[in-house]
Amino acid sequence: MTPEELKNVSVTKSVDARGTACPGPLLEAKKAIGTIKVGDIMEVLSADEGTRVDIPKWCTKQGHEYLGAIEESGYYKIYLRKK
Amino acid sequence: MQPELTSEVKDLRSEIDTLKAKIERLEGSRQDQLSIALIAGDLDKILAAMIIALAAAAQDTKVKLFFSFWSLSALRDRKKKAKGKDFISKMFGIMLPKGKSKLKLSNMNMAGIGPLMIKGLMKKQGVMSLEKMFQEAAELGIEITICEMSMNLMGFKKEEMIDYPGLRYAGAVTFIAEANESATQLFIS
Repeated sequence: MTPEELKNVSVTKSVDARGTACPGPLLEAKKAIGTIKVGDIMEVLSADEGTRVDIPKWCTKQGHEYLGAIEESGYYKIYLRKK
Repeated sequence: MQPELTSEVKDLRSEIDTLKAKIERLEGSRQDQLSIALIAGDLDKILAAMIIALAAAAQDTKVKLFFSFWSLSALRDRKKKAKGKDFISKMFGIMLPKGKSKLKLSNMNMAGIGPLMIKGLMKKQGVMSLEKMFQEAAELGIEITICEMSMNLMGFKKEEMIDYPGLRYAGAVTFIAEANESATQLFIS
Protein backbone atom coordinates (compact mmCIF):
# COMPACT_ATOMS: atom_id res chain seq x y z
CA MET A 1 0.00 0.00 0.00
CA THR A 2 1.16 3.55 -0.65
CA PRO A 3 1.61 5.96 2.29
CA GLU A 4 -1.55 7.82 1.18
CA GLU A 5 -3.60 4.62 1.20
CA LEU A 6 -2.17 3.68 4.60
CA LYS A 7 -3.16 7.03 6.07
CA ASN A 8 -6.79 6.42 5.11
CA VAL A 9 -6.94 2.77 6.14
CA SER A 10 -9.43 1.88 8.87
CA VAL A 11 -7.54 0.42 11.79
CA THR A 12 -9.29 -2.02 14.14
CA LYS A 13 -6.50 -2.15 16.69
CA SER A 14 -3.66 0.19 17.46
CA VAL A 15 -0.73 -1.04 19.50
CA ASP A 16 1.42 1.68 20.99
CA ALA A 17 4.78 0.06 21.63
CA ARG A 18 6.80 3.26 21.61
CA GLY A 19 7.79 2.83 25.23
CA THR A 20 9.45 -0.53 24.73
CA ALA A 21 12.49 -1.79 22.84
CA CYS A 22 13.17 -5.10 21.08
CA PRO A 23 11.60 -7.64 21.56
CA GLY A 24 8.82 -5.75 23.39
CA PRO A 25 6.94 -4.48 20.31
CA LEU A 26 6.81 -7.99 18.82
CA LEU A 27 5.42 -9.42 22.05
CA GLU A 28 2.80 -6.68 22.17
CA ALA A 29 1.89 -7.33 18.53
CA LYS A 30 1.55 -11.03 19.26
CA LYS A 31 -0.78 -10.36 22.18
CA ALA A 32 -2.87 -7.83 20.25
CA ILE A 33 -3.30 -9.91 17.11
CA GLY A 34 -5.23 -12.46 19.13
CA THR A 35 -7.87 -9.85 19.97
CA ILE A 36 -8.83 -8.98 16.37
CA LYS A 37 -10.65 -10.86 13.61
CA VAL A 38 -9.24 -12.24 10.37
CA GLY A 39 -9.24 -9.45 7.78
CA ASP A 40 -8.94 -6.70 10.40
CA ILE A 41 -6.10 -4.23 10.19
CA MET A 42 -3.70 -3.55 13.05
CA GLU A 43 -1.18 -0.77 13.38
CA VAL A 44 1.91 -0.95 15.55
CA LEU A 45 3.57 2.24 16.71
CA SER A 46 7.24 1.81 17.43
CA ALA A 47 10.09 4.17 18.04
CA ASP A 48 12.78 1.87 16.79
CA GLU A 49 13.77 1.11 13.25
CA GLY A 50 14.41 -2.51 14.21
CA THR A 51 10.70 -3.11 14.68
CA ARG A 52 9.94 -1.68 11.24
CA VAL A 53 12.28 -4.30 9.78
CA ASP A 54 11.14 -7.08 12.16
CA ILE A 55 7.37 -6.77 11.65
CA PRO A 56 7.36 -7.71 7.92
CA LYS A 57 9.41 -10.81 8.79
CA TRP A 58 7.05 -11.62 11.64
CA CYS A 59 4.11 -11.26 9.21
CA THR A 60 5.69 -13.64 6.70
CA LYS A 61 6.27 -16.21 9.42
CA GLN A 62 2.80 -15.85 10.93
CA GLY A 63 0.99 -15.65 7.59
CA HIS A 64 -0.34 -12.11 8.07
CA GLU A 65 -0.29 -9.54 5.30
CA TYR A 66 2.21 -6.74 5.78
CA LEU A 67 0.74 -3.52 4.38
CA GLY A 68 3.55 -1.02 4.87
CA ALA A 69 4.87 1.61 7.23
CA ILE A 70 4.74 5.38 7.56
CA GLU A 71 7.49 7.36 9.22
CA GLU A 72 6.20 9.96 11.63
CA SER A 73 8.40 12.32 13.60
CA GLY A 74 10.34 10.08 15.94
CA TYR A 75 8.39 6.88 15.40
CA TYR A 76 6.94 4.51 12.83
CA LYS A 77 3.38 3.42 12.13
CA ILE A 78 3.45 -0.13 10.84
CA TYR A 79 0.36 -1.69 9.27
CA LEU A 80 -0.69 -5.29 8.78
CA ARG A 81 -3.80 -7.30 8.05
CA LYS A 82 -4.59 -10.41 10.07
CA LYS A 83 -4.94 -13.55 7.94
CA MET B 1 5.24 -61.38 -15.22
CA GLN B 2 8.73 -62.76 -15.51
CA PRO B 3 10.35 -63.78 -12.25
CA GLU B 4 13.23 -61.28 -12.71
CA LEU B 5 10.78 -58.42 -13.12
CA THR B 6 8.83 -59.40 -10.03
CA SER B 7 11.96 -59.39 -7.95
CA GLU B 8 12.97 -55.98 -9.37
CA VAL B 9 9.59 -54.52 -8.46
CA LYS B 10 10.02 -55.96 -4.99
CA ASP B 11 13.43 -54.31 -4.64
CA LEU B 12 12.05 -50.98 -5.82
CA ARG B 13 9.19 -51.15 -3.34
CA SER B 14 11.48 -51.81 -0.43
CA GLU B 15 13.72 -48.96 -1.57
CA ILE B 16 10.71 -46.62 -1.68
CA ASP B 17 9.73 -47.72 1.82
CA THR B 18 13.23 -46.98 3.10
CA LEU B 19 13.14 -43.53 1.50
CA LYS B 20 9.69 -42.81 2.95
CA ALA B 21 10.93 -43.65 6.43
CA LYS B 22 13.95 -41.39 5.90
CA ILE B 23 11.79 -38.48 4.76
CA GLU B 24 9.53 -38.90 7.77
CA ARG B 25 12.54 -38.74 10.06
CA LEU B 26 13.89 -35.66 8.28
CA GLU B 27 10.54 -33.89 8.46
CA GLY B 28 10.41 -34.53 12.18
CA SER B 29 13.92 -33.16 12.58
CA ARG B 30 13.28 -29.64 11.31
CA GLN B 31 10.40 -28.49 13.49
CA ASP B 32 9.58 -24.86 14.11
CA GLN B 33 11.49 -25.06 17.35
CA LEU B 34 14.49 -23.29 18.87
CA SER B 35 16.89 -24.99 21.28
CA ILE B 36 19.35 -22.90 23.23
CA ALA B 37 22.07 -24.28 25.47
CA LEU B 38 23.22 -21.69 28.00
CA ILE B 39 26.59 -22.06 29.64
CA ALA B 40 27.64 -18.51 30.58
CA GLY B 41 26.12 -16.84 33.60
CA ASP B 42 26.93 -13.24 32.70
CA LEU B 43 24.11 -10.72 32.64
CA ASP B 44 24.73 -9.77 29.01
CA LYS B 45 24.72 -13.39 27.85
CA ILE B 46 21.60 -14.36 29.77
CA LEU B 47 19.93 -11.22 28.36
CA ALA B 48 20.94 -12.21 24.82
CA ALA B 49 19.51 -15.69 25.28
CA MET B 50 16.23 -14.38 26.71
CA ILE B 51 15.80 -11.75 23.97
CA ILE B 52 16.32 -14.33 21.23
CA ALA B 53 14.01 -16.77 23.02
CA LEU B 54 11.25 -14.16 23.38
CA ALA B 55 11.58 -13.01 19.77
CA ALA B 56 11.17 -16.63 18.66
CA ALA B 57 8.21 -17.21 20.96
CA ALA B 58 6.58 -14.02 19.64
CA GLN B 59 6.36 -15.75 16.28
CA ASP B 60 5.03 -18.98 17.75
CA THR B 61 8.28 -20.88 17.52
CA LYS B 62 8.51 -23.40 20.32
CA VAL B 63 11.45 -22.52 22.56
CA LYS B 64 13.46 -24.82 24.77
CA LEU B 65 16.16 -23.41 27.03
CA PHE B 66 18.75 -25.69 28.57
CA PHE B 67 20.57 -24.04 31.47
CA SER B 68 23.91 -25.48 32.55
CA PHE B 69 27.04 -24.51 34.49
CA TRP B 70 27.42 -20.77 35.24
CA SER B 71 24.05 -19.89 33.70
CA LEU B 72 22.36 -21.69 36.60
CA SER B 73 23.12 -18.70 38.84
CA ALA B 74 20.39 -16.87 36.93
CA LEU B 75 17.84 -19.46 38.05
CA ARG B 76 18.64 -19.22 41.76
CA ASP B 77 15.90 -17.71 43.83
CA ARG B 78 17.22 -14.84 45.92
CA LYS B 79 14.85 -15.66 48.76
CA LYS B 80 15.22 -19.42 48.91
CA LYS B 81 17.73 -21.34 50.98
CA ALA B 82 18.97 -24.89 50.61
CA LYS B 83 20.00 -26.97 53.57
CA GLY B 84 22.48 -29.79 53.95
CA LYS B 85 25.26 -28.48 51.72
CA ASP B 86 28.85 -29.56 52.18
CA PHE B 87 31.67 -27.04 52.62
CA ILE B 88 32.60 -26.67 48.93
CA SER B 89 28.98 -26.32 47.87
CA LYS B 90 28.50 -23.62 50.49
CA MET B 91 31.56 -21.78 49.16
CA PHE B 92 30.27 -21.99 45.59
CA GLY B 93 26.92 -20.77 46.81
CA ILE B 94 28.51 -17.72 48.41
CA MET B 95 30.85 -16.90 45.53
CA LEU B 96 28.31 -17.25 42.71
CA PRO B 97 25.58 -14.68 42.04
CA LYS B 98 22.38 -15.46 43.87
CA GLY B 99 19.74 -14.92 41.25
CA LYS B 100 19.31 -12.92 38.06
CA SER B 101 19.42 -9.57 39.81
CA LYS B 102 22.98 -10.26 40.98
CA LEU B 103 24.56 -11.28 37.66
CA LYS B 104 27.80 -9.69 36.50
CA LEU B 105 28.74 -8.37 33.07
CA SER B 106 31.26 -10.29 30.96
CA ASN B 107 32.88 -6.93 30.12
CA MET B 108 33.07 -3.66 32.03
CA ASN B 109 31.72 -5.18 35.22
CA MET B 110 33.72 -2.65 37.27
CA ALA B 111 32.89 -4.28 40.59
CA GLY B 112 29.17 -4.08 40.01
CA ILE B 113 28.99 -0.57 38.58
CA GLY B 114 28.69 -1.90 35.01
CA PRO B 115 25.53 -3.94 35.62
CA LEU B 116 23.96 -0.98 37.43
CA MET B 117 24.72 1.27 34.46
CA ILE B 118 23.36 -1.25 31.96
CA LYS B 119 20.18 -1.72 33.99
CA GLY B 120 19.73 2.04 34.13
CA LEU B 121 20.19 2.32 30.38
CA MET B 122 17.80 -0.56 29.74
CA LYS B 123 15.12 1.15 31.79
CA LYS B 124 15.70 4.44 30.03
CA GLN B 125 15.49 2.89 26.59
CA GLY B 126 12.49 0.72 27.32
CA VAL B 127 14.25 -2.64 27.28
CA MET B 128 12.43 -5.14 29.48
CA SER B 129 14.17 -6.08 32.72
CA LEU B 130 15.51 -9.61 33.04
CA GLU B 131 12.86 -10.22 35.69
CA LYS B 132 10.12 -9.19 33.25
CA MET B 133 11.67 -11.31 30.49
CA PHE B 134 11.34 -14.42 32.65
CA GLN B 135 7.70 -13.54 33.36
CA GLU B 136 7.00 -13.11 29.65
CA ALA B 137 8.84 -16.35 28.91
CA ALA B 138 6.65 -18.21 31.38
CA GLU B 139 3.50 -16.72 29.84
CA LEU B 140 4.62 -17.67 26.34
CA GLY B 141 5.31 -21.24 27.39
CA ILE B 142 9.06 -21.14 26.91
CA GLU B 143 10.43 -24.32 28.46
CA ILE B 144 13.32 -24.25 30.88
CA THR B 145 15.38 -27.33 31.61
CA ILE B 146 18.10 -27.44 34.24
CA CYS B 147 21.13 -29.60 33.59
CA GLU B 148 21.05 -31.70 36.73
CA MET B 149 24.65 -32.84 36.50
CA SER B 150 26.07 -29.30 36.37
CA MET B 151 23.65 -28.14 39.07
CA ASN B 152 25.12 -30.79 41.36
CA LEU B 153 28.66 -29.82 40.35
CA MET B 154 28.03 -26.17 41.24
CA GLY B 155 26.64 -27.33 44.54
CA PHE B 156 23.18 -25.91 43.89
CA LYS B 157 20.03 -27.65 45.04
CA LYS B 158 16.56 -27.92 43.56
CA GLU B 159 15.11 -26.13 46.60
CA GLU B 160 16.93 -22.90 45.76
CA MET B 161 15.77 -22.66 42.14
CA ILE B 162 13.12 -20.18 41.00
CA ASP B 163 9.45 -21.05 40.63
CA TYR B 164 8.89 -21.38 36.92
CA PRO B 165 6.05 -23.25 35.23
CA GLY B 166 7.16 -26.66 34.04
CA LEU B 167 10.75 -26.23 35.23
CA ARG B 168 12.39 -29.59 34.84
CA TYR B 169 15.68 -31.35 35.48
CA ALA B 170 17.30 -33.45 32.79
CA GLY B 171 20.55 -34.48 31.20
CA ALA B 172 22.50 -33.81 28.02
CA VAL B 173 20.65 -36.58 26.19
CA THR B 174 17.40 -34.63 26.55
CA PHE B 175 19.05 -31.53 25.12
CA ILE B 176 20.50 -33.42 22.16
CA ALA B 177 17.25 -35.26 21.42
CA GLU B 178 15.24 -32.03 21.47
CA ALA B 179 17.90 -29.99 19.65
CA ASN B 180 17.74 -32.63 16.94
CA GLU B 181 14.06 -31.80 16.37
CA SER B 182 14.72 -28.05 16.35
CA ALA B 183 15.28 -26.12 13.13
CA THR B 184 17.61 -23.80 15.06
CA GLN B 185 20.09 -24.61 17.79
CA LEU B 186 22.16 -22.05 19.63
CA PHE B 187 24.92 -22.35 22.17
CA ILE B 188 25.58 -19.35 24.38
CA SER B 189 28.83 -19.57 26.28
